Amino acid sequence: MTARLMLLALLLFAAPAGAQQDNQAQNPGAPAVQSVAPEVGPSGGGTGSGPIPDSTERPPETGDQRATVPPPRPPVPTTEIPAGRPFTDRPNIDAGELELQRALRGGVIEGQVTIPNQAAGILIQPAGRDWRGFRTRTLTIAGAILILGMVVVLGVLHLWKGPRRIDAGRAGRRIPRYSLLERCNHWMVAGSFVVLALTGLNITFGAYVLRPVIGPEAFTSLTWLGQAAHQYLSFAFVLGLLVMLALWLRDNLPTRVDLAWLRAGGPLAKGHPPAGRFNAAQKGLYWLVMAGGVLAAISGYLLMAPGLLDNVISQQWAHVVHAVMAMVLVVAILGHIYIGTIGTEGAFEAMAEGEVDWNYAREHHSVWLEEQAAAARRSVAPQEARPAAGD
Amino acid sequence: MARMKFLCDADRCIECNACVTACKNEHEVPWGINRRRVVTINDGKPGERSISMACMHCTDAPCAAVCPVSCFYGTVDGLVLHDKDLCIGCGYCFYACPFGAPQYPRVGNFGGRGKMDKCTYCAGGPQQDNTAVEYIQYGANRLAEGKLPLCAEMCSTKALLAGDGDIIAGIYKERVQRRGFGSGAWGWRTAYGETITA
Ligand code: HEM
Ligand code: SF4
Ligand code: SF4
Repeated sequence: MTARLMLLALLLFAAPAGAQQDNQAQNPGAPAVQSVAPEVGPSGGGTGSGPIPDSTERPPETGDQRATVPPPRPPVPTTEIPAGRPFTDRPNIDAGELELQRALRGGVIEGQVTIPNQAAGILIQPAGRDWRGFRTRTLTIAGAILILGMVVVLGVLHLWKGPRRIDAGRAGRRIPRYSLLERCNHWMVAGSFVVLALTGLNITFGAYVLRPVIGPEAFTSLTWLGQAAHQYLSFAFVLGLLVMLALWLRDNLPTRVDLAWLRAGGPLAKGHPPAGRFNAAQKGLYWLVMAGGVLAAISGYLLMAPGLLDNVISQQWAHVVHAVMAMVLVVAILGHIYIGTIGTEGAFEAMAEGEVDWNYAREHHSVWLEEQAAAARRSVAPQEARPAAGD
Repeated sequence: MARMKFLCDADRCIECNACVTACKNEHEVPWGINRRRVVTINDGKPGERSISMACMHCTDAPCAAVCPVSCFYGTVDGLVLHDKDLCIGCGYCFYACPFGAPQYPRVGNFGGRGKMDKCTYCAGGPQQDNTAVEYIQYGANRLAEGKLPLCAEMCSTKALLAGDGDIIAGIYKERVQRRGFGSGAWGWRTAYGETITA
């Protein structure tokens, strides 16, 4: 990398110099530098310019005038260089053997190249075979099973248990849950995620699912657009993740209530175990999305700008991390989408309108509701009834 | 039908890079892309060997297996070629290729990869043979004119051989038998699952 930069810099400096030389060669009589206006003063231009001598005496000549011939040196005895062994007797490497060894033990066969692309010094990299196995088998098969499996599980859950109703019915009174900023940011992340997921899954499965249907040309056009969307929307996704980190970090720190919530049976609990603003499952999803999103983003940018990681083995690993994180996130978000929409009565309006029904809040986030109610009571209570600061 | 292959006799290659230059010139390969390169292993040490390497046109080609838009196709000569009009420059073929053959111009979004370029065995692409459109995307189509790849034709020491796999393997075997040594056919085990024993 630095070597390439230096080369570039050299080229940049060398270019104008070369151009000047060419000019001189074309009209040899012209002076090398032409001043715009004639110079004046004792050391001005023209013939006979230069410093004015102090005296008329000739300065002494420099150097020794009498040439001395050095006396011949006695020959230095040298040790004889032994002749190399004949080619037939030299250590020989065997290409087939070396390739087999690297394929079995890992590693690359590497050497020197004289082209700027130093990464081309890798002659043979057998790791590509494992990566091919991951890409064409592991990822496609496991990814398909995971995603289809999640859809089936959610479908069965929906048909068997049905959506989670508000047990006490709607109270009709509502309480604000998400601010406008929180909602806008959520939908920015959600929207970009859906596009990222669809365009990404098109890379994984499109050749099997879509290409036979719409034909190779149309599929390439679509994938080309999808790739651009994947790359440009990544920035919205990452920005949204960072804002999410800032907005919801405090409410997602684990607390004692979460342990009790989990012990009571978590999402499958009978009744309504108390929970804060987010329950333990929501916190789990939050941290999964943060970690997975950041990993997917870092590995994604490394794939997107290959100059960042000029090594084929690292690029293979970046792809593996990216693809695994993508599949994990897609599966987790499928569950999240189900629970947040048709899976739970009264949940969707929290992110759509910013308010939830009082009874929904009481059943799903009782600790949070109490905090909100207490804060509200404090703010409307007369001044003297409020607790003193620091109470 | 002939099964075309490359074979580099590393005991003859003098790392003159004539094959690299010939390739770049014949196909007007853009800056930054080398369809062929010469790698010197053990440089300056005993057992130094130089190997001229390009796409080996593998049997069961890994690049073709991983391409998400399936833009590779095989020819009757056993060559692995690709359709640049279908390629999206994802880089997957480069990750899978054991020889680092696929190359990309840096013209994608954010300096990413453009459409992949690699050795065509001087056999052009899917367009009509020896047309201007074919030349712009893939370079010359010497095979359609009944000629072999220029890199091998140009090789001054005849280290780089191109042609029918059986014939070039025969030439190499004969050489090794005569001179009594040979480091083998580089890349053959990886690309074709076979080695040449003399
Ligand atoms: C946030 C920044 C992200 C960046 C910069 C990014 C970039 C990339 C790149 C460069 C590729 C290689 C394929 C191509 O070039 O067309 C890729 C593939 C992929 N991405 Fe992303 N991505 C990001 C986020 C995500 C997210 C959040 C998901 C999950 C929903 C995702 C899912 C995928 C999938 C499934 C693939 C295909 C893997 C395969 O089949 O080989 N990406 N991504
Ligand atoms: S050498 Fe690389 S690019 Fe050529 S056929 Fe084999 S895997 Fe594909
Ligand atoms: S870079 Fe092009 S040829 Fe290579 S795998 Fe991707 S789409 Fe296929």
